[in-house]
Amino acid sequence: MTFVGWIQTLAFAGVILALTRPLGAFLYRVYEGEQQPLPKLLGPLERGVYRLSGVDPRREQTWVEYAFAVLAFSALSLLGTYAIERLQHVLPFNPQKLAAVPADLAFNTAASFTTNTNWQSYSGESTMSYLTQMAGLAWHNFTSAAVGIAVAIAVARGLTRRLAPGAPKLIGNFWVDLWRGLLYVLLPVSILLALVLVSQGVIQTLSAYRDVTTLEGGKQLVALGPVASQEVIKELGTNGGGFFNANSAHPFESPTPFTNFLEMVLIFAIPAALTYTYGRMARNQRQGWAILAAMGVLFLVGVTSAYWAEAHPNPALAPLAVSQARGNMEGKEVRFGVAASALFATVTTGASCGAVNSMHDSFTPLGGLVPLVNIQLGEVVFGGVGAGLYGMLVFVVLSVFIAGLMVGRTPEYLGKKIEAREMKLAMLYVLIFPLIILGFSAWAVVSPLGIAGLSNAGPHGLSEILYAFTSGAGNNGSAFAGLNANTPFWNVTLAVTMLAGRFLMLIPALAIAGSMVGKKVVPAGPGTFPTDGALFTGLLVSVVLIVGALTFFPADSLGPIVEHFLASAGKVF
Amino acid sequence: MRSLLTVALRVTLLTLVVTGLVYPLVVTGLAAVLFPGRAEGSWVTDERGQVVGSELIAQGFSSPSYFQPRPSAAGTTGYDAAGSSGSNLGPTSKKLRDGAADVLKKLEAENPNAPRPIPAELVTASASGLDPHLSPEAALWQVRRVAAARGLSEERVRAVVTAHTEDRTWGFLGEPRVNVLLLNLALDRQFGRPTLQPPAATSTQTPLPPAH
Repeated sequence: MTFVGWIQTLAFAGVILALTRPLGAFLYRVYEGEQQPLPKLLGPLERGVYRLSGVDPRREQTWVEYAFAVLAFSALSLLGTYAIERLQHVLPFNPQKLAAVPADLAFNTAASFTTNTNWQSYSGESTMSYLTQMAGLAWHNFTSAAVGIAVAIAVARGLTRRLAPGAPKLIGNFWVDLWRGLLYVLLPVSILLALVLVSQGVIQTLSAYRDVTTLEGGKQLVALGPVASQEVIKELGTNGGGFFNANSAHPFESPTPFTNFLEMVLIFAIPAALTYTYGRMARNQRQGWAILAAMGVLFLVGVTSAYWAEAHPNPALAPLAVSQARGNMEGKEVRFGVAASALFATVTTGASCGAVNSMHDSFTPLGGLVPLVNIQLGEVVFGGVGAGLYGMLVFVVLSVFIAGLMVGRTPEYLGKKIEAREMKLAMLYVLIFPLIILGFSAWAVVSPLGIAGLSNAGPHGLSEILYAFTSGAGNNGSAFAGLNANTPFWNVTLAVTMLAGRFLMLIPALAIAGSMVGKKVVPAGPGTFPTDGALFTGLLVSVVLIVGALTFFPADSLGPIVEHFLASAGKVF
Repeated sequence: MRSLLTVALRVTLLTLVVTGLVYPLVVTGLAAVLFPGRAEGSWVTDERGQVVGSELIAQGFSSPSYFQPRPSAAGTTGYDAAGSSGSNLGPTSKKLRDGAADVLKKLEAENPNAPRPIPAELVTASASGLDPHLSPEAALWQVRRVAAARGLSEERVRAVVTAHTEDRTWGFLGEPRVNVLLLNLALDRQFGRPTLQPPAATSTQTPLPPAH
């Protein structure tokens, strides 16, 4: 580890911290304000899209209506992407004449992008036409991100609203929340920063791939495409699906250390800011800061471990007469080095983004454990846009309940009692996640269809399988990419995993909001457990860690942990 | 229920048009006006004005007169700019160890007088397979071979390497690095083109086993 490497990490944390308040206040104005920003310019646009979509923006929805709207929109847009992939050979913007995407892969990819996962069983440059990339995939990068933020805001409304007795239990209008996220946040930022990326060398072109004669007279076919427009929303919306197979390690996706830094900032910007938005909605900023602090602690532990591990030599190369002074450089780019690679890996898995600037499969065993654990904690270390906040709020409810048990009082949060129904929903949320990961992993390790995809033997093979389902259920999308997942078995099981990891968890979260929104608010008394201080942050961190560790430690110990000890003993497979 | 589906269908189509078509085409248009060279791929030309590649994309070099990039797992033969990939071999992979040992043997044979140990970047595959850079150490390590092949003093070659070494951005982002293609072009411009054996194939270094 180097001093400069740490400066880079601390600078990143500082920028995120500095952005949290202004961006969070901006998001509050967009979703909860009396008047949205730039009313002269964007107001008519907003009213126009409501008219075209047949939405009455003043009509709010119950949690059931809200959930149905989310599901209907997601289902239709999933079908849309499936159709574009299957028909890309007859649609425009396909200069390489790429064939239609096979059915199982098209389904997997459509599910993947609808759920904000962006797991990729394909290589972009050899599979997807420019139209599929723009309209089939980047479209979802916008909409699935806007859906995530919308649901988080709705859940926050459920917890923080104070309704008059007998008032209808409404948590907002999904269509309004969706459009506001797109028009005021995601589109303007993307247009601006896509151009910044282009200025650094990220390409943006509709030209066909270019054949060049190299300096030595060889031939090289260089894949091109409209990359920058997709790159920026890939990070801003914590989607993570690369235009190219190598994702943000590809020099056309991230050519310089600056673009790398900018891309990391984009990943964390909205998830961090939403904690501030939440604090404002709760009329107590400290509620938001307490949550941000818990996320921050978990993040710093992760990045320290990953950087420490990757600064070590690759054990497989230890017997060779090479100098590994720069750490484990297999699967890493020189312009980033181990510090920026370990930081990116921690950021992208903490935030359920899944973009990568280095190959996690080639990390040292403990370095690779960090991204895996980050996802296993439930994608709440900042988490996906929106998904991170509503996930963390479920853990907040759980923590408050545990604190209530310890002192023998009915737990309450923001003055609202937490009762059996909310706890059942919270437990449902917490249990679905490991059930799909461990259930499918168990199936894959005993099935020839699962084993067939492995590219690494020994415990690392188990890690590849475990990582795949963890990534799918956590809607992360990064991979131990040696796994060849482009088979019907993997495409279908992972598609199911991703859909369950998104919608089976989003519905209980909305249900908690629906059940909390109408509850009577009782003023805080001397027996109220404060949820806006360091004690609560500590409790929240512990609950997240204990739930994650109890659930996944046995599986992880057979994968990365045992691999660590075997690697230290010089074993290879 | 029916009205819900109608709204959902309309929003689906509308978002598809706005974010899936209008947005990327607007960005493409603006990029073409503002940064045409960058948007098209950062192509570089040799002294005769021929495009010889993108400065951002690694290409294979086998001649001793040129600096060689890191090993590549892109495509089946390496440096496939339409098949980016890392090796994805794990830290207990025998394939990784054996592959690196082979590359090491080849490097030692080609660089008999170079210092030991060899920087590990030269035997490890990059993440993209198209990493256009070498660390300054890995470039300087090759100076003795390049200078001998071109009949130049080591100092003159080393000076070109130093001139092409980029520092960390703002002093703390990323790592110091040397762009291999730009470095080789600079050598050609200053000292003339080396005479090459007829080009064998696209691939020039020992390819690593493809990941999948």
